Amino acid sequence: MAHAQTAPSRYVVEAYDIHKSFGDFEALKGVNLTVAPQELVFIIGPSGSGKSTMLRCCNLLEQPTSGQVKITGEEITNRSVDINKVRQRIGMVFQQFNLYPHMSALGNVSLALRKVKKMARSEAEDRAQAALQRVGLADKAGNHPTELSGGQQQRVAIARAIAMEPDVILFDEPTSALDPELVGSVLEVMRELRESGMTMVVVSHEMRFARDAADRVIFMDGGLVVEEGTPERIFTDARSDRLKSFLHSVTGH
Amino acid sequence: MERFLDQFFNLEIMARYLPDVAAGFLVTIQLALSVIVTGLLFGLALAVVRAFQVRPVNWLIILFVDLFRALPPLVILIIFYFGLPFIGITMSAFVISWIVLASVLAAFAEEIYWAGITSVNRGQWEASRSTGLGFTQTLFYVVIPQAIRMTIPPLTNRTIAITKNTALASVVTVEEMLTVAQTSLAYAANTSPLTMAAIGYLLIFFPLTMASRWVETRYAWKR
Ligand SMILES: Nc1ncnc2c1ncn2[C@@H]1O[C@H](COP(=O)(O)OP(=O)(O)OP(=O)(O)O)[C@@H](O)[C@H]1O
Ligand SMILES: [Mg+2]
Repeated sequence: MAHAQTAPSRYVVEAYDIHKSFGDFEALKGVNLTVAPQELVFIIGPSGSGKSTMLRCCNLLEQPTSGQVKITGEEITNRSVDINKVRQRIGMVFQQFNLYPHMSALGNVSLALRKVKKMARSEAEDRAQAALQRVGLADKAGNHPTELSGGQQQRVAIARAIAMEPDVILFDEPTSALDPELVGSVLEVMRELRESGMTMVVVSHEMRFARDAADRVIFMDGGLVVEEGTPERIFTDARSDRLKSFLHSVTGH
Repeated sequence: MERFLDQFFNLEIMARYLPDVAAGFLVTIQLALSVIVTGLLFGLALAVVRAFQVRPVNWLIILFVDLFRALPPLVILIIFYFGLPFIGITMSAFVISWIVLASVLAAFAEEIYWAGITSVNRGQWEASRSTGLGFTQTLFYVVIPQAIRMTIPPLTNRTIAITKNTALASVVTVEEMLTVAQTSLAYAANTSPLTMAAIGYLLIFFPLTMASRWVETRYAWKR
């Protein structure tokens, strides 16, 4: 992907020395994150460790207090960058789905295609329909969010992200608000995305999914990256006490 | 009973004053519709401008809104009617009534819309902005449609309450329905013209409440 006046980069996402303070409280204390093309990076860690904040710094939903974020080599923390242009290339999926309740599934997926990518309605709707098809909801295009199950809503939210054909999708606990029996359908879609080569950063407590699907796992605690490695290494060979006790608390043994 | 009927439903008197009351009815309807349309639009415009959070502009909006909500509409009407000529502005009593009542409605409507805008979940803003929509686009395509749907019930209540104040225009000589009814009542020494006016108000406000219920169900979505 070529972008004017930026050097090509080996990475889709690069974040260097990210600090983020909320008032006196320092939620991120110098975090680095690099994500290569087609990589699935998993972020785990206890509640309040700064996972969401880190993810949200990657598309500037949170403005880092200091540090540098690059997307495909373009430095987006530079104030002269048009953030709306950059965000088209960074999908985001939220814990609470955040679908627009006044629009159908098709409307939800096609809004940004029409208003940001400036596609004609028919073209946008064709593309939206294809995205819904990909998440297995072709027959729900006309339904409003309230007429869909939580799992279906989250898949519409994923369709909304993939329809923009982003360079990377950020997932913030995509299955945490779902009833257990609906989690599988969302993970299935994420697995399919991963196989199709989508670059993904996932904050989640689904350790089983991390084990089978992640290329790399990052463990955060207290606003810092404490350990990082392959799933194999993180889950079977934890070095720090903090990771050991975290894994103990989530897996229960 | 007969005396009651004679006093309130005297058909002969009703027939005699029907043309006058009907003319007043038309004036009232014109005034009411003008007030509703412009007041609601002006209120929405104010709420939209306020969303951009430009400090001095917001102070002005809040000043306007608080002033027009605090003062009784009759007081504002009288001040405008008798005050404007002093600063060289002459307008018909109808136009002044229209402007004043529309402004009062706009002031209340602005507060209601604003409450709607701020009650839209932050996640809606974030989802929209994360796909690349700008602030203004998000406001217009995502937030305001939801805010308006949420505000339909309180907004209709306010609209009806304020539009009833068209009767106040009688004070500044607008020949609206109540003015006509009162004059007729004095001439005829009989309350039947007022009964006609009451029926006239029902004819205006019943459809309004029904329309609002229709809008409410039409645009409601299950939560
Ligand atoms: N907007 C904010 N204002 C103030 N404090 C905040 C804000 N957002 C996050 N924080 C604080 O920053 C810290 C990190 O929050 P964050 O949401 O990133 O944690 P997390 O790792 O995602 O936790 P969880 O697993 O519970 O989602 C927390 O202590 C939180 O209270
Ligand atoms: Mg979080």
